[in-house]
Amino acid sequence: MAKPKVATTSLCGCFGCHMSLLDIDDRILKLVELIEFHKSPINDIKKFTARCAIGLIEGGCCNDENVHVLQDFRKNCDILISVGDCAIMGGIPAMRNTIPLKECLEEAYLNGPTVYNPSGQIPNDPEIPLLLKQVYPCNEVVKIDYHLPGCPPPADTIWEALVALLTDKPVDLPYELIKYD
Amino acid sequence: MSNTITFMIDGVEIEGKPGQTIMQAADEAGIYIPRLCAFKGLSPYGACRVCTVMVNGRPQAACTQPVAPGTVVENDTERLQHLRGNIVEMMFVEGNHYCMFCEKSGNCELQAMAYRFGIAAPKYPYLFPERDVDASHPDILIDRNRCILCGRCIRASSDLDGKNVFQFVGRGKDKQIAVNAEARLADTDIDVTDQAVSSCPVGAILKKRVGYAVPIGERLYDHKPIGSDIEAARTAGS
Amino acid sequence: MSGTLENTVKDICRSHSNDRTRMMDIVREVQARFKCVSSEAMDVIAAAVGTHRVEVESVVSFYTYLSEKPKGKVVIRLCNDIIDKMHGVERVAQAFSDALGIKFGETTPDGTISLEYTPCIGLCDQAPAALINDVPVTDLHRSIARQIVADLKKHMDPKRLVHRLGDGNNAHELVQSMVVNNIRTEGPMVLSPVNRGEAIKQALAISPVEVIRAVKTARLRGRGGAGFPTGMKWEFTRAATGEEKYVICNADEGEPGTFKDRVILTERPDRVFAGMTIAGYAIGAKTGIVYLRGEYAYLRPYLEHVLERRRNDGLLGQNVGGKEGFNFDIVIQMGAGAYICGEETALISSCEGLRGDPKNRPPFPAQKGYLDCPTVVNNVETLCCVTKILERGPGAFNEYGSQGSAGTKLLSISGDCKLPGVYELPFGIKLSEVLKQAGAEDAIAVQVGGASGAMVAPNEFERTICFDDLATGGAIMVFGPERNVLEVADYFLDFFIEESCGYCTPCRVGNVLLKERLDRILAGHGEPADLDYLQDLGETIKTTSRCGLGQTSPNPVLTTLKNFRSAYEALVKERDDGLQPSFDLSEAVGDAEQIAGHKSVHAD
Repeated sequence: MAKPKVATTSLCGCFGCHMSLLDIDDRILKLVELIEFHKSPINDIKKFTARCAIGLIEGGCCNDENVHVLQDFRKNCDILISVGDCAIMGGIPAMRNTIPLKECLEEAYLNGPTVYNPSGQIPNDPEIPLLLKQVYPCNEVVKIDYHLPGCPPPADTIWEALVALLTDKPVDLPYELIKYD
Repeated sequence: MSNTITFMIDGVEIEGKPGQTIMQAADEAGIYIPRLCAFKGLSPYGACRVCTVMVNGRPQAACTQPVAPGTVVENDTERLQHLRGNIVEMMFVEGNHYCMFCEKSGNCELQAMAYRFGIAAPKYPYLFPERDVDASHPDILIDRNRCILCGRCIRASSDLDGKNVFQFVGRGKDKQIAVNAEARLADTDIDVTDQAVSSCPVGAILKKRVGYAVPIGERLYDHKPIGSDIEAARTAGS
Repeated sequence: MSGTLENTVKDICRSHSNDRTRMMDIVREVQARFKCVSSEAMDVIAAAVGTHRVEVESVVSFYTYLSEKPKGKVVIRLCNDIIDKMHGVERVAQAFSDALGIKFGETTPDGTISLEYTPCIGLCDQAPAALINDVPVTDLHRSIARQIVADLKKHMDPKRLVHRLGDGNNAHELVQSMVVNNIRTEGPMVLSPVNRGEAIKQALAISPVEVIRAVKTARLRGRGGAGFPTGMKWEFTRAATGEEKYVICNADEGEPGTFKDRVILTERPDRVFAGMTIAGYAIGAKTGIVYLRGEYAYLRPYLEHVLERRRNDGLLGQNVGGKEGFNFDIVIQMGAGAYICGEETALISSCEGLRGDPKNRPPFPAQKGYLDCPTVVNNVETLCCVTKILERGPGAFNEYGSQGSAGTKLLSISGDCKLPGVYELPFGIKLSEVLKQAGAEDAIAVQVGGASGAMVAPNEFERTICFDDLATGGAIMVFGPERNVLEVADYFLDFFIEESCGYCTPCRVGNVLLKERLDRILAGHGEPADLDYLQDLGETIKTTSRCGLGQTSPNPVLTTLKNFRSAYEALVKERDDGLQPSFDLSEAVGDAEQIAGHKSVHAD
């Protein structure tokens, strides 16, 4: 029987949650016995070519490409998990949510005290994804099945959740594995 | 004995004293009723509603409801825990709670309450309100993003510190904590040793230059749920 | 200049004995004089009355009629409640806005006129209506709005906008208002002609305990909505120990769609004041307070005049009605724009010069109310019933109505009906009969009890108006075939969000969340699961909120979910694509597209 496939992505995140996934240490060997990594920065597979059982989402949606990727994950995964505070509530990038986008960009590229930008322009190459007016928690863009909080979630949290899902058990995290920091 | 008031909490007979609230009597009996705005030494307030219990079938705040003979109180029921969880989730989406860099994390009562209720993420949408920070004071910081409007600082300042540094202004969703000055905390007579500062359950009022003093794993709520201390009394006593 | 401000504010404080508990009077006067209560004024007030500046700020920031920033000399407050909306208030609003060249919430650049919206001002039966400073203007349409602005620009005197006078005492020289009473049914208890002095005479002829017994025998229950037995309330207050006791008349009629107290106060104030006096005698109080909503300030000079006349007639003051040792007088306390102050403990807070936050109960007002003294708070209409009971005896009272709901009830009927106005009808009357009398037979929905009441569907129109079935403080809002009940519920949520005091979490946050989800559904982005979400959230707010506001604010949603479920079901749709229909990428990326000068490659 083919192993269930797991896809992962980092949207507007810092890759810390992926680091935490790798922090399961030698259990990763056991994990690859249970699953096959599909589209993921871990193996650099860039496109979905098969349906996945689980999609792990790190980061919230701060730009149009994030939305595109997240919707693609929803389309191709049976279960989507928001991994980490950014995916769940926008995280640190969401601190800009109370500031108009134009002001953010001007501060970052024109007016900030450490800005060196002789062109005096806000980058707008068509290749650069366009920022959304705010950073969106993933579940405001697509339906999310499970949430694993933490910044990052402890490796044990990710491990317990994955093992439970792969063995058809309820994801019932003990007190010490639900942490928001 | 006329000095004892007997009533029931979840089928357990409790003895309270006249003038006590249900919460106070429950605390002494080693029964924890979740709460955020209630704080030892401060007058009962009834704002957060996390301590909602059923008294003879009617919802009441355990922190303000006096004990009465023969009453039947429900506390640890699935329904009440659900309602309380909903209220805690409301608090998370109402403010901007960035636990990942908050100095209070691990010692924060709001966070601890969510842990106790096993909340992985609120079901409500985040409201991302615009709130401000007052860093004017040399020793104390106010971050209104984290304020849950429990009023503990107001009561501590007036009742314990003998000052009146804080009060609410505005109403409804625009209600916020204000200081007794035109705008800045620095222009009030608050002192870093005031109980108003230490009474804050969240990271809305913080002492400066403390930082992340206690390592992760050793903080107040890293291993034991909030309320464990109260429940321990019962375990020990029974 | 600032010397003037300081001296004037000090004078105002002194005229109120530098008494902190008179804060409402002080800040209202400062607001009237300077069009704001400025930061500087707050410092002066705090010093004068011996409180902290932030306490003054706390009060000023609570009430909508008070402001820290200056408002115009004239403030136009256009009522935008649901009934006014149904009567085209949007067009009137546009006319005001165009004529003044400002948006709502703004003041003209010369600082003369401010334009604001206000929730129900008790004129639903003559909507659209507005208050211009204290002056009500009714039956507005576009050309009237333009004329009002033109006139104000000429003379800046709102009183001169009154070109016609209403009926009854609305035309009294101390009222001079264009408001009309629209009394459709003059019942035997409240609106029948007053026999001044008779009830007090009867009451003083018996003992206070016997007065309470008469009220209990009549089975009188509070008319404000909650229906607590009045005699019992009095008994508790009489039994409570306190140096002083108080009678408060709740004339903060703020429930959207209610306006019957306005009519009572205009036409039968003697009956209200007699009721207060009898209550004072019964419980042993020397002072009565009428808490009059800020919106009814135009009635104040007339009410003061009636009080003065009663003093001259010996019906107030020392040895009332010739009864040796019974001293009782009445003062009027003005509110300043806060629906929550209709809640009796919030009303007491406001009387004490505080924010209109409800108080924790227990202790109940009967034990510890105004200034911690035993206090009875009764509705305007309840007090009228008291007067009638003492005048005619309990039997003449409870021969009307039903076993659980004795007497008559005043109903304020508005909306899609031919005869909006005030009806005094016996309790136990069928809603269908009420609708027939009001000319509203084609109603598709009726909101009984105002915003916090229940939305009733036609299959329940045979239910009866009484405490045990359809309880109401008096509001009956009728919605005809072209109305959308969910939009009505949505409007009520706006109202509660605006009027929540913010003290407790579920009411402060929960109503905002209810509206978010209802808006999603109304936008066509709802899913069946959203109905369970609304139900669970609504029940959480209802069960855990601290006072009556939060305990009833989800009613418009919960009762429409129950009685008009098909309206919801028609809007929600199950989706299988896993996307959140409420997320709109084009909208989210619009700002960035504008800044970058090119389109998103991902948005449609």
